[in-house]
Order: sequence, then C-alpha cells, then structure tokens
Amino acid sequence: MAAKGFFTDTTICIGCKACEVACKQWNQLPDDGFHFTGMSYDNTAELGASTWRHVSFVERPVALSTQDAGAFSWLFSSDVCKHCARAGCLESCPTGAIVRTEFESVYVQPDICNGCGYCVVNCPFGVIDRREDDGRAWKCTLCYDRLKDDMTPACAKACPTASIHFGEVEDLREMARERVEELHGQGMNEAYLYGESKESQPGTEGLNAFFLLVDRPEVYNLPPDPAVPTKGVAAGWRSMAFAALGLMAVAVGSVLASRNGDAA
Amino acid sequence: MAECHPVGFRWVMKAKERGATIIHIDPRFTRTSAVANIHVPIRAGSDIAFLGGIIRYILENERYFKDYVLNYTNATAIISDDFQDTEDLDGLFSGWDREKAQYDPKTWSYKDAAVSPAAGVREGHTGQPDTERAQQSSEHHDPTLQDPRCVFQILKRHYSRYTPEMVEEICGISPDMFAKVAETLCRNSGRERTSAFCYAVGWTQHSIGVQYIRTAAIIQALLGNMGRPGGGIMALRGHASIQGSTDIPTLYNLLPGYLPMPKSKYDTDFKKYIEEGTAKSGWWSEFPKYAVSLLKAYFGNAARKENDWCFDYLPQLTGDHSHMNTVVEMADGKVKGYFVMGENPTVGSMNGGLQRAALSKLKWLVVRDFSLIETAEFWRDSPEIERGEAKPEEIGTEVFFFPAATHTEKDGTFTNTQRLLQWHHKAIEPPGDARSELHFIYHLGRRLKALYRKSRDRKDRPILDLTWDYPASGATEEPSAEAVLKEINGYTVADGKLVDGYTSLKDDGSTASGCWIYSGCFQGGVNRTMRRKPGSEQTWVAPEWGWAWPSNRRILYNRASADPDGKPWSERKKYVWWDEDKKEWTGFDQPDFINDRPPSYRPHKDAEGTDTISGIDPFIMQADGKAWIFAPDGLQDGPLPTHFEPQESVMKNPLYGQQCNPMRMEWMRKDNRYHRAYADDRYPYLLTTYRLTEHHTAGGMSRWLSWLSELQPEMFCEVSPELAAERGLKNGGWATIRTARTEIEARVLVTRRLRPLRINGRMIHQIGLPYHWSSRGLVTGDAANELISFVGDPNVSIQESKAFTGMIEPGRRGRIAKIASPVMPDNHELYRDLPSVRMKLQDNDGFRSGKKAIGSDRSSHWEEGD
Repeated sequence: MAAKGFFTDTTICIGCKACEVACKQWNQLPDDGFHFTGMSYDNTAELGASTWRHVSFVERPVALSTQDAGAFSWLFSSDVCKHCARAGCLESCPTGAIVRTEFESVYVQPDICNGCGYCVVNCPFGVIDRREDDGRAWKCTLCYDRLKDDMTPACAKACPTASIHFGEVEDLREMARERVEELHGQGMNEAYLYGESKESQPGTEGLNAFFLLVDRPEVYNLPPDPAVPTKGVAAGWRSMAFAALGLMAVAVGSVLASRNGDAA
Repeated sequence: MAECHPVGFRWVMKAKERGATIIHIDPRFTRTSAVANIHVPIRAGSDIAFLGGIIRYILENERYFKDYVLNYTNATAIISDDFQDTEDLDGLFSGWDREKAQYDPKTWSYKDAAVSPAAGVREGHTGQPDTERAQQSSEHHDPTLQDPRCVFQILKRHYSRYTPEMVEEICGISPDMFAKVAETLCRNSGRERTSAFCYAVGWTQHSIGVQYIRTAAIIQALLGNMGRPGGGIMALRGHASIQGSTDIPTLYNLLPGYLPMPKSKYDTDFKKYIEEGTAKSGWWSEFPKYAVSLLKAYFGNAARKENDWCFDYLPQLTGDHSHMNTVVEMADGKVKGYFVMGENPTVGSMNGGLQRAALSKLKWLVVRDFSLIETAEFWRDSPEIERGEAKPEEIGTEVFFFPAATHTEKDGTFTNTQRLLQWHHKAIEPPGDARSELHFIYHLGRRLKALYRKSRDRKDRPILDLTWDYPASGATEEPSAEAVLKEINGYTVADGKLVDGYTSLKDDGSTASGCWIYSGCFQGGVNRTMRRKPGSEQTWVAPEWGWAWPSNRRILYNRASADPDGKPWSERKKYVWWDEDKKEWTGFDQPDFINDRPPSYRPHKDAEGTDTISGIDPFIMQADGKAWIFAPDGLQDGPLPTHFEPQESVMKNPLYGQQCNPMRMEWMRKDNRYHRAYADDRYPYLLTTYRLTEHHTAGGMSRWLSWLSELQPEMFCEVSPELAAERGLKNGGWATIRTARTEIEARVLVTRRLRPLRINGRMIHQIGLPYHWSSRGLVTGDAANELISFVGDPNVSIQESKAFTGMIEPGRRGRIAKIASPVMPDNHELYRDLPSVRMKLQDNDGFRSGKKAIGSDRSSHWEEGD
C-alpha cells in the first residue's frame, strides 16, 4: 500500500488549534494541565504523551516578504509526529511494540509497550514521550483506527483552512512542490519544504509528515539537520569491528612481540 | 475573523490563494493579521474617521462607480432646505431638541417628500409614527450631482475635513498606509471587480456603533459593491444562530420577520398598527399580509377579521426594554423574574457588579445552561461576596437551574451570517435531565395552558387561544422541531397545505406563517434546510445547500448586479440579468426583484405598493428603492455617520466641539460611574475587549472542557513592550487593571502584536483584554466585562465595550477594592457634550433613549402613563 502522510502548509495555518482539539477528542487524550506559559498563544508548549498535534506560535521582529504590517510577523505551525522513513523510535524499540503499518506510518502498540523509554531518546524531534501515569510511550498514530475505515485523520479533517493535507505521500510531495513554486511566484521566496525527501533530509531518509516553512527550522523548534541515532548503528558496528580488529592485532602483536622477547 | 470565525475564514484563505488582497484593520495584530496582506493598526473607537477618510478619497479622486451611484443610490436626491450638517453646527445636525435631548429628523428628509425607513426607528421626534410620511421617493433630483443640496454634495462637504492628515491624527494611521488601503479598495471595485467588508462586534459595540456600519454601507454604495458577487458587508455573528435569533427574534422590540412590536402609546388597535407599519411604496407595502399570517399562526381559529386577528392579545411595549434598561430596572427592584437561557450576563455583559446587584433583587431567576455558570451561582460566588460587600444569606433570589442539551443533542436549524438555514440532526440523547430549549418552552407553555384551563377571564385568552399543538415523542415528550419549522414556513389555513413562499401569504386570514421571511424553507413540502448537495455537484452559487431567506436568495438586492438596462455590469461579475426574450429576470441566483418587471418600467405618479418599484430600484425594501447614502429617517443619531469619541476616550474630538455621540444612552448612577470624557489622568490607557479562538464568549461552552481550557488557561491582558516598560509589567507576571467600576487582575502577556500609536507626538497605549473567564469552571480568572460601564448606542441599545479607558498596574489586585471616583466628571471643562446638548432629559415619551436621570432612586421614565 502506498505511504500515507501529512503535508502541513504553515502559510495557510491560522493558529486556531482545531487540530490539537480534534486529535485529543478522537484519541480521548487527557489535558496537559492548565498552565499559562506567557509564550504568545501557546499554552501546551510541546508535543508529548498526551499532545499529539501542537501548534507553535512564533512572534518574529521580521516582516514576511508578502505582507505589509511593519517589521513583524506571527508564524503558526502545527507540529506532529513525522512518521520518518527511518524511524529512530521504531528501530530502538526492544519489544517490537513500535511497528510500521501498511500505511507506512509508525505505530506504537500500547499493549506491547513496556515503557522502557528507549524510543524517547532515539527520536531526533522529541516527539514520542512516556505518560507519567502508565509509563508507556505515546505519540500520533496517524489515526490508524480512522485509516482502517478509510477516514481522514482527525486533525486534517478538522483543519478549517486545509493547512493540513492528508493523502498519499507521493501526491503530497508533488502538491507541496507546486505550492512552493506558487509562493515563490507571489514573492514569498523564503518558502521551502522541510523533510519532504530522502535527499533533503538524509538523517531521516525523508518524512511522511513534512512541512512548508518560511523561516529556519529552529524558529519552529525543529532540528535543522535531524538524524536518527540508529542510522549510525551500522557504521558504529563497522568501526567497532575495525576497532576490535585493531585491538586484536595489537594484542596478537604484543603477544608475538613478547614471545619474541621471551625468545630473545 | 480568523480568531472568532475560523471556519468561515476558510473562504477568505481560499480567496487569498486565488490572489485576493486581505486587509485587516484592528488595534491588535491578531491571527487574522498574521495571514493578511496588510495589517492596519488603528486606535480603538476611531473607525468612522478612517472610513470617512476613505469616502473623502473616493469623492475627491472621482473613484465612485458613477452609473451605479446615479441609478441605484439616493446620491442625486435633493434634501430639505432646512438641513444643516455637523460641519455647520460643530458636531450636531439640524433638528436637535435641547429639551428632549434628541433629534427631530424632519429637516433631514428629501425636499418636499418625507419617506419612511425600511428599518430602524419610525416614530420620529413626536413618538408617533407619521403615516403621511410614507411617500415613495424623493421628488427632486439632480443627475449632474452639482446641486449644493443634493446628497452627493452634502456628503462631500460632510467629509471634507476627513483628510489623510486628520485620519492620522484621529486613528494613528500614516497617510501612506491610508492611501494604500484606499487605493487598493478603489482599484478592486467597479464593473470588473468587487470588494467585501467583514465586520463583527469590533464595529458594533460602540456608543455610535450603528453608524460604523452605515459608513461602510456608504463606501460600498459609492463603489458599487452591493448586490453583486464578491461584494457586500458581512456581519459576522457571534454564535452559530445569532442571525436566527434576530430573524425570529429574542429582541424585545421585534416580532418574527422584522415586524415591529406593537407600542402601547399609539398602536392602540390593529388598524393603527397596520397603518403605521405599512409603507406606501417598496416591499414593506406588503406588511399586512405578514402581520395577519403571523397572528393566524399564533392564535389559529381564534384569530378572525372581526376581532382584528387577536391583535390585542400581543404584548405591547410601554418603553425601552432592552438589556441594559431591564437590568437597571431590575437593580431598582422593578423586575420580579428573569429567564437567562444560553447566556451568562454576569460574565458576558458589561458592569458585572451592576448585573449581580440586579439579579439579587429578583424574586426568581431561571438559568438554562450546560453547567452551573456564574450567573446561576452569583448568590454564593461573586467579587462582592469575596470583598464582603454581599452575603449569600441576604440574597433572596430563588434560582432555578435547568441543564440544557447541546446542539448535537437536538434537532433544529442554525441560521448563519449568510441568512442560510442549515438543519442539524440530533446525534445522541442529551444526558440526565438536560433538555432542548424547544422542550423547555413547549412544556412551559403546556403547563401554563393547563393552569389557566378553567379561566373565564378575558385577560387569559391569549394563553388559552395560543396554538400549541406540536407533536411530541419519546419518553421525554420532545416536541418535533420540524413541525415548528413547518409552522414558520406557513400554510393555508383551510387544508394545512404548506405554502411555497411569502408571495403566497394573504391578509385575509386564509394563510398562517410564523415568520414571513422564512416562508419557502419547506417549499413543496420538502425541508430545504436539510439539503446537503456538495458544491462540486451544482453551480458555484450552490443553491441546493441548505436554504437562505428570502426565497433561497444567496445575495440580497442582486438586481444591482446588472446595469440599468438589465445587462450584467461585466462578464466577470455576471450574476442576475434581464432576459429580453422571456421577459423575465434570470441568472445564477434567485433574482431579488419582481420577476417580470422590465428594467424600463417606471411607476405612474399615483402608483401604490409594489407598483412603485421602478425597473431600476434594486433595493426593494427601501421605500424609494435606492441605497441610502444619506438616511433621511430611521436613525436616531443623524443622517450621516460622524466621528465621535467613545464615552471614555484618550483624546478630545479633533473634528467637532461635540465630543461624543449626543444621542448615546447613558445611565448616570452610583453603580455605573464614568470617567472624564478625555484626558482623565487616573485612567490614561485605552482598553478594548475581545474573544479568542480557544474560548466561546462568557465561557459556558468552553471553560468546562479540558481540551479547550488548557489552550487558554488563565485570564491575561496583552500589552506592548513599551507599555510594559512604562508600567513595570513583566511577561507572565500579574497586572491589575482598574476603571471607576472596579478592578480586575490578569496575567501579563507582553507582545509586539500590540503597538503603541504615536498621535500628535503622544504615545497612545492600548491594552487588550479577552473576556472569557470568571470564577467557575476548570479554568478561572477575573472577567474583563466587570470593568465596563453601561453606555449604549441609541439605535440598537448595544453597549460600548470595544473602547474605554482604564489604568494598569503591576501586581495582583487588592482583595478588598473600594473604588472612589465621582459620579460625574468634576471638571467642567471636560464635559462630553456641547452646551446645547448638555441639558438632561426631564421627560420622555418612552421610545427614545437619550439620557437617563442621575441616581438609582429616581423613578423610571418608562412607567406606563409617563
């Protein structure tokens, strides 16, 4: 089956947070507590065990190139699990709780997860998180249950401005590239895609949930050059093998040397 | 719009994707500004100056749509020789009656021809509607627009001083920015293009709110943006069916379909009511058909011609019973009982202290809501109780709380901003004792009827004769919402057959209809509000999605989309046109015109009723068929919008000696203290209130929900970094905001989205206050509306909550707050009104607002026989 995912176009987002609420309602997630952060209109602060969509609000002292509003702009971006082509969480999961589904999404099976937390440190985006009360790891499922019934994920369904597009990743990529061209044509030259392909983001080999951004990734609290830690494992084993061989050579050499010495 | 109408804003974003320019004018940089092409920060309360500047720009640069203006507006009409403008009288129009503190609109009329307004106040100065005034139109015109007494020239003079420099001085908007907005708007209007205005309570909630909208109407009439696709003035309503609640009104002065409520002073019998409500020309000449059909729907067989269709069963108004007046009466002990349904006035309405003082004087209070909102709990949880000023055991009000069903738990319709009725089906049963409003009202009516069953008293006949036979089903006996909608649609009395529309309604008692403008929603016996045909399967006008009143028209007055000859103004903006072969109007939408009336038709001099509507009169509800650039009647506060400062302002009115709207409603009472008109150094900052996407109004629908509460968990105020520095406020810390009414505390959000305006070398700071919180629910905080006084617009009695003054200080509020300030400004130089306005009203005929007396102990003006 073709990979399914999200294309989140932040230039259409109006920061209404309908995605956050629809996600929580469909997935029956608890609130994250009632804390006034003082960070613009963002009071849920980050993705976590019970917040699977999160809208960040960025107040910048920089104008958008297509806007006449003084040296200021307000960026919104609805963040979500990226369902990486190479997923650090999945590859580090020792129990097999995290699987790749028929939609190429990354899914945590809550009945198998034992709460070891390896996945948490292996996600380069800080998406997956353990819930304090039950200790297990939770994140966006790409609404696996809805997809099984051929329904759109709750967040994309609720998005009033169609900033969140859901569909086959290949189609979304094409749509996204066209959108960037269109924006460039309108003079918004700062628009670019984040994580839409293996080539542009080798550290994850591309994201099944990618973004259209208008400033550096760090501005949106996204890593500029994310890399799945497990991606280094093969190289790690290789160098370890070399190191072991080297050590062996030294050991053998020193034994031989000592023998030679004995002989001497 | 993105903040409060995110779903409707989808279409704005679609338009933007297709190349539309979005201009956002707001004191704050909001979620709408974030995606707009241009954001224009404006001083709250100064929009008429800005829009007036645009009118001047249009006129000075000859940017108006000449063919449209000449044919479809009253720009050519000659106004009475006695008319004097605010330019002549330093902020007053002619006709100011110093003793009555109100206008006599006689001098505003067309020369030699008075005309009755399609809406608004029709009683005029005397308190009596003048049936002789119902002439068809202006007798004198100047098609060259050169006559100094014609509307066009009056308009030009009226706005001659609204220059870009003046706009800068009043609004804090630079001439460059002003020119950019004005030019963008003009360039995007005309034959080939149209522009739309969207507004919400940021425009209405002012002591001159109605005139804000009027100013936009003048611009749209001048630019030819009415009755055409992509044009119009969109009133974004605050709730899913607020449009519905004015169509089938919860307003005290209207009956369904904008029929006036009878007034005890002069609607003494049916004949008079009909005479006074019927226009001699235009569509309101059909008034008797709608009034009789309504009475037939109410009283069925009991309503007969001989008994004036039971007209005397209707309650009659003895005075102004709008919200603020009612609350003041309540506070003075003159109201016994109060129903509060789907509203939370101690949080959502102004001056919470006065609201609660009023509730505590009631004998009984009924609250219907999802949760125990603050209005239901006022007797045991309030700032007054916290401060020790009130004690629960001393409040005698008996409170009845009824849990309410949500819209997913009941059948019914929503009527949205576009006048579109959309049916919603019940998805689940309401929990526990929760019931629909329909259930509550229906069973209340049934019980009342049962109580009076044996009465032979004539005064009880209205209850006994009321038709109240809706089928009910299920264990809870839920009445059928569809049966109610059928009655609203209307039927022929003889056979109960549903009528096809309001043109089928009669004034002979043979038809009944609960609301004439909704007639046709059940055309052909089909509930048309249920239609859900996707846009992709029908024309772009999408007439088969829901049903729009009247007659499923999607754009009102759409005759204006064609030129005087009946041809589309342009291919690009083609909408409705005259088919010469078929001799009828046709197009993409239902033509809003008499279908077979050719563009060439001109009424005979003696024509009456709808025969007076000429082939080039698109605005058929108006007695003269024209868009009123100049309103010769119907408005209490003048024929042309004029910039006045809010009741409490940070500056003196730079345009006129008259500081505020002379007709504003005021309540001079100890429990409703005002600041000085301007330069009150105790209250140096400009305050404005608003909603956030995450919450709904007074919080009854959002503060009890964890998923919404966590998104905006605490009351906060928004201040600029400059104001934060000036007042020592820290982001995330506490601030106390104070007015003469009370003080509240809030978290501080320091943001560049609020920008101080530099006006005449002075920094004007604006403070933003969302108003969603109070003491109950999952998330709490002080209510912003506690700070606001009772001050109102004279036409619609709406409060002024979008611009007032106050003080801000770092830190939390004192738990015992005693606010000391004089009832009246003690400095006579700081009066709001010219000497000629200052005299206070001594007597009142009951239907004008004007100014109220000082002191809560004074007897009301509104008592019968006054």
